[in-house]
Amino acid sequence: MTTITVEPPALTHEHAEHHEGPTGILKWLTSTDHKVIGLSYMITSLVLFFIAGSMAILIRIQLSNPHSTLLSLQQYNELFTMHGSLMMYLFAGPFAFGGLANYIVPLQVGAPDMAFPRLNALSYWLYLTGSITMLMGFLTASGAAAFSWVAYAPLSDAIHSPGAGSDLWILSLLLTGFSAVFTGVNLITTIFYLRSPGMTMFRMPIFTWNMLVTAILILIAFPVLTAAMVLLFADRHFGTHIFSVTGGGVPVLYQHLFWFFGHPEVYILALPYFGIVTDVIPVFSRKPLFGYKGMVFATMSIAALSTGVWAHHMFTTGVVLLPFFSLMSYLIAVPTGIKFFNWIGTMWRGQIKFDTPMLFCVGFLLGFLMGGLTGVMLASPPIDFLTHDTYFVVAHFHQVLFATAVFAGFAGFYYWYPKMFGRMLNERLGKIHFWIMFVGFWLTYLPMYVLGLKGMPRRVATYPSGLGWHSLNEMASVGAYLIAGSFVFFLVNLWVSWRRPVPAGSNPWDAHTLEWFTTSPPPHHNFVKLPPVRSERPTWDYFHPDALVVAHANGNGNGNGHGTVNGKRPPMSYAKGTDAGIPSAAGSGEPSGEPSGEPGTPPGGER
Amino acid sequence: MPFVLGACRLPTFFGYRGATTQAHDSHVLFAGTVITAIVVGVIVTLLILWSVFRYRRRSEDMPKQFQYHIPLEITYTVIPIIIVLVLFGFTVVTENAVDAVAPNPAVAVKVTAFQWGWRFDYTSQHVEVIGETTEDPDPVGLNGSPCAPAVDCLGPGLVLPAGQTSRIVLVSADVVHGFYVPAFNFSRYALPGVTNVFDFTVKHPGIYRAQCTQFCGLYHALMFFHVVALPPAQFRAWVRSEQAASHPAPSIAAAKRALASASGKAAS
Repeated sequence: MTTITVEPPALTHEHAEHHEGPTGILKWLTSTDHKVIGLSYMITSLVLFFIAGSMAILIRIQLSNPHSTLLSLQQYNELFTMHGSLMMYLFAGPFAFGGLANYIVPLQVGAPDMAFPRLNALSYWLYLTGSITMLMGFLTASGAAAFSWVAYAPLSDAIHSPGAGSDLWILSLLLTGFSAVFTGVNLITTIFYLRSPGMTMFRMPIFTWNMLVTAILILIAFPVLTAAMVLLFADRHFGTHIFSVTGGGVPVLYQHLFWFFGHPEVYILALPYFGIVTDVIPVFSRKPLFGYKGMVFATMSIAALSTGVWAHHMFTTGVVLLPFFSLMSYLIAVPTGIKFFNWIGTMWRGQIKFDTPMLFCVGFLLGFLMGGLTGVMLASPPIDFLTHDTYFVVAHFHQVLFATAVFAGFAGFYYWYPKMFGRMLNERLGKIHFWIMFVGFWLTYLPMYVLGLKGMPRRVATYPSGLGWHSLNEMASVGAYLIAGSFVFFLVNLWVSWRRPVPAGSNPWDAHTLEWFTTSPPPHHNFVKLPPVRSERPTWDYFHPDALVVAHANGNGNGNGHGTVNGKRPPMSYAKGTDAGIPSAAGSGEPSGEPSGEPGTPPGGER
Repeated sequence: MPFVLGACRLPTFFGYRGATTQAHDSHVLFAGTVITAIVVGVIVTLLILWSVFRYRRRSEDMPKQFQYHIPLEITYTVIPIIIVLVLFGFTVVTENAVDAVAPNPAVAVKVTAFQWGWRFDYTSQHVEVIGETTEDPDPVGLNGSPCAPAVDCLGPGLVLPAGQTSRIVLVSADVVHGFYVPAFNFSRYALPGVTNVFDFTVKHPGIYRAQCTQFCGLYHALMFFHVVALPPAQFRAWVRSEQAASHPAPSIAAAKRALASASGKAAS
C-alpha cells in the first residue's frame, strides 16, 4: 500500500545505466532531468548573484564619501538599476523556484522528475537567454538601462530613456517572465499529480507547500508584468500612448500594473526561503515542525493578502485609497507573526544542533525580524510619507531580502549541498562564512535606517557633505565589504569539498523528508524505493519508529508516551513494525544509499 | 486627544520632530509605532535567543515530539491582530490630519517639478522662482556662503510664511519626481497627469533643505531645493520685492514661459 518498490535493488545499476545520456557539456545542454536543470539554474543564478554583488560593492565605494567621483552619474544610475534588476529578477527568484525547487520538490514528493521535463528545460534556457539579454545592455553604445528596477513610466519611455539598453532590459523581463510562468505551471502540476502514494497534501513538507503557493502567485503576478512590459515596449516603439500624458495615457497605470506584479513578487521571492527555513529548523532541532497546519494556513494567507497590498508602494502618489491598502498591509504581519512563533515553537524544548544550515536560519530569523517589523511600520501611510524613497526603505527591504534570499538561501545551499553532490561542506569554513556575513549584515543596514530618517534619498549617486551622512555611509560600506569578504570562505569551501571530498551518505543530517531517503546524489529516476508516507516526516519515521509525533495534550504534557500517538490524525496511526509495507529499521528495507549516513543511533524511548 | 498631548516628550528615534503642525502628528505616530516595534522585537528576539541557548543539543536524548497546541496558536494569532488594528486606528486618524487641507490658506504655491529642477509659482502674487541643478540661480550652501560643488548647494528656495497655512499644488512637467522635505516628515510624488494638493503650516522661521526622492533620471541626485519660512511681514516684503524684480516688462522669454505653462495645463 505504501512502499513503492520501483525496481529490485539488484537492478539499480543497470537501471541507472540504462538512462545514462550524454555526459560532459552535452549533458548540461540537452538534459531534461530536473536535477541537472535545477543545478544549471542554481549555478547561473549564483554567478548573477556575484555579478550583482560586485555592483553593490562599487555602489558602496562610491557612497562611502560625499562628492565621490569614482563613478559618473550615468554609470551609477546604470549600476544600481542593474544591481536591483539582477538581484530581484535573475537571482532571488530563479535561485529558489528555478534552482532549489526544481531539484528538491520532485524528490520531496517522491516523484521521478518534474511533470513536464522538456518544458522545464525550456524554462531554464529562456531564463539564461533573458539574463544574457539584460547584461548585454552594458555592451550597447548608450549603456545599460538606467531607470531603476521598477522602470516607472514616463522615465522609461523612448524620450527619457532612449537606447538599446532599455529595450534589452524590457525584452529580458519578457523572456524570464515566460520562464517563471512555465516553471510555475510545472511545479503546480508536479505537486498535484506526481505525489507518491501516501503523500497527501497535508503530509507534504512545508518547502513543497511554499513552492506550490509561490507557483500560484507566479501565475497571478508574472502575466501582469509581462503585459506591462509589452505595453511599455509598444509605447517606446509603436507610438501607442498608454503611459504618456500627452497622448491621453495614464502614467500611474504603469505603477499599478507593476506593483500588482511587484508586491506578490516580494512574496514569490520570500515564500520559498521561508520554506527552506521551515524545513531546516525542525531537522536540526530533532522535532516536528510546530503548528504544521497553521504554517500552511499562514503561507496561504500571506499569498492571498499579497495580491491586495500593491498600492502601499504608491502611498505618496496621492491617488490611491490609503486606508484599504494600509489595512491589508498591516494584516500581512499576522500570518508572518504566526510563522515566527511556529519557528520558535519548533526550537522550543528541542535538541538544537548548530551546524552551518541552522546557524544561517538563526541569522535569517533575527534579520527578518527587524526587516519585518520595519515593514509593518511602512504599512502606515503617514510613516511612509516620511520615509518613502529614503534609505529607511532601502534598509528595510534589504534586510528582508538579504535575510531571505541570502541567509535562508545559503541555509538551503549548505543543507542540500550534500544531497546534490554526495559530499559534505566544511563546517568550520561554513561557520566563518556565517559569522562574517552576520556582522557585515548588521553593520551595513542599521546605519541605513538612520540615514533614511535623516533624509537621505535612495538612488542618489552622490550626496552633500555637512549633513552628518558621511560616517554612517562609511559604516555601511565597511559592512558591505565584510559581506563580500565572507563569500571568499564560501568559495574556498566549495573548492575544498571538490578537491578533498568527504562523503555525505544519503542522510547526513538525520533529516525528515523524502529526498534524504535516496542516495546522494540521487539516481536518474530519484528513487529505487520509497518508505511508507505516514506523516510529513517519512524518512524520520522510518529511521525513528519510536519517535513519532505526539499529539499535544492540552494542559499538562503527555509525558509517559502512552495513548495519543498520532491519535488526532487518523491516517497516521502507525502500528510499529506490524504493517507489511514497513520494513524494520534493520531489515531489508534500507534505502539504496548506505545506512551509515545516518548519524547517531535512535534512542529507544519515545521521549 | 491624549495620544497627541502626551507626545512632545517622545524620543525622535533619529527622525525629525516635525517643523510643521502636520509633521508633528506624523512624528508622534512614528515614535509610537517604533516603541511598539521595539517591544515586539525585543520579546521575539528574547524568545529566539532563549531557544537558541537553552535548547542547544547537549545530549542525544530524543526531545518530545509535540506539534500542536491550539490555544497557544490562537493566542499568537489574535494578539498580533489586535496590535495591528490599534496601529491602523492611529494611522487613520493621523493620515486624515496630515492630508487635511484648509479652506482658506494664506498663500498657494504651484510647484512644478521637472528634469532637473523646481519651479515655484505664486500665482496670485505673480511671482515665480525657478532653479535648475545645472544652473543654480542662487548658489548658496547650508552655511549661507556661496557653495562650490553643485552637490553642496541648496537649490531654489520655496519661500513660505511661518505660522500660516500654505497650500502646495504639486505637478510634474515630465517624469515622476518626489517632493520631499525631511524636516516636514512629508513626501509626495509629482506625477505627470495628476495634481496633488496639500498644506504645510510651518511653525517657526528657518531654512529647511529638501530634494527629489523619486528617481527621475541623470541628475536626480542633484535635484535639490529648500524651504525658507519667513515671518509673515517679511514674507510680504519678499513678495513685493520679487514682484518688482521679476516683472519689469513683458519679454519674449516671459511670453514663451507663459505659453509653456499654458500647454502644460492643457495637458493635465
